[in-house]
Amino acid sequence: MNDGASTTAGRSGLPSAEPAPPGAARGSMLEARELFRSFGHTPALQGASLTVAQGEVLAVMGPSGSGKSTLLHCLAGIYTPDRGEVRFDGRRIDTLSENQRTELRRTAFGFVFQFGQLVPELTALDNIALPLLLGKVRRRRAYETAQSWLARLGLEELGARRTGELSGGQAQRVAIARALATRPAVLFADEPTGALDSLTGEKVMDLLVSTARQEGTTVVVVTHDARVAACADREVMVRDGRVAAGYGAAAAAR
Amino acid sequence: MSVPLTLLGLLDREPSHGYDLKRDYDAFFGRGKPLPFGQVYSTLGRLARDGKVTAGEAEPGDGPDRKRYAITETGRREVESWLAQPAEPEPHLQTVLFAKVVLALMLGHPAADYLDAQRAAHLRRMRELTELRRTGPTVDVLLADYGLFHLEADLRWIDATEARLGSLAELVRTTETGKS
Repeated sequence: MNDGASTTAGRSGLPSAEPAPPGAARGSMLEARELFRSFGHTPALQGASLTVAQGEVLAVMGPSGSGKSTLLHCLAGIYTPDRGEVRFDGRRIDTLSENQRTELRRTAFGFVFQFGQLVPELTALDNIALPLLLGKVRRRRAYETAQSWLARLGLEELGARRTGELSGGQAQRVAIARALATRPAVLFADEPTGALDSLTGEKVMDLLVSTARQEGTTVVVVTHDARVAACADREVMVRDGRVAAGYGAAAAAR
Repeated sequence: MSVPLTLLGLLDREPSHGYDLKRDYDAFFGRGKPLPFGQVYSTLGRLARDGKVTAGEAEPGDGPDRKRYAITETGRREVESWLAQPAEPEPHLQTVLFAKVVLALMLGHPAADYLDAQRAAHLRRMRELTELRRTGPTVDVLLADYGLFHLEADLRWIDATEARLGSLAELVRTTETGKS
């Protein structure tokens, strides 16, 4: 019952919890250890390690083809690594079944992509209510929650508009509302402002980060845009499938 | 920032006392470094000597200088021409970084690590400016934007250079070998 009242632990949706290892960093929300992942003969990740603290806003930067998106997909349980471990809230998620990972993504994670994540035939309000309804929140409650998220992102006037008719910036705000409406523990964003002009992109990024901070949501944002990265608490550089030296560990004190 | 031209520009609005000029200068251009009164009056003195402003009669009252200054036609032309002239595009930082990268490669030091450190420093500054931009008044927002765009340009250069480190290292190596 993902109605926003659950705790982080309750959101993880993990059927059998493997206890966190004794050496796990306190307050670490996500951890990747020595991840390897290839597509055919092309290696995308070659020993990537990374820790993201709870509530941290982390920017993952790197040139095209460096493996940054693959790293995000592994952290989010979309891909499983060929080798290495991924932990969420101290528990292995790379060993879960496809169904368990799907459940985890639905209950514990939110996603904002460059574009294409909204259903264009549905209204903005329907789009935000959709993941709540899929999470078995009652219809009335789901729509009340969706309505309040519309307001939080300054979209009150646009609730009845089909998302296919919205501008790029408006659509991204709906996408942020939709991603956060289920109160995820982690929000994953892959080039969320990539399709927007720079001023609109900044406003969208500012909204994404400030709203996530209010919610205490951990954010991992993949971007090649330094101005987007400057909205984060910290950045890491991915190069040749690895997190560049000196970047991997979570910020010590924030 | 050219103090004489900025004061001249402020006078192009309307004749003013030195005090008013200082106040407006500090508000818009001082950025935490107020212009000393001494500099205001010495600058106005030089502008008057060069025929760019005229000083009115001293008015009765307290204070160091109660003169009203007005811009002349010569002064006005200078302001117009200064505004119309593009500023020298100075790739200053880039040349410093370029020298560091080439020297690092020559000395066999980790150039990529230096570029990473520079990128991290740039991003730290960009975070500060982004925060200022979010919370500051419009003047600060515009100045923060200026800084952000410049830092962003440097970062693009850092990324491009990093991508070309291999060929640059090769060039440095063959040039060095050719010399010895």
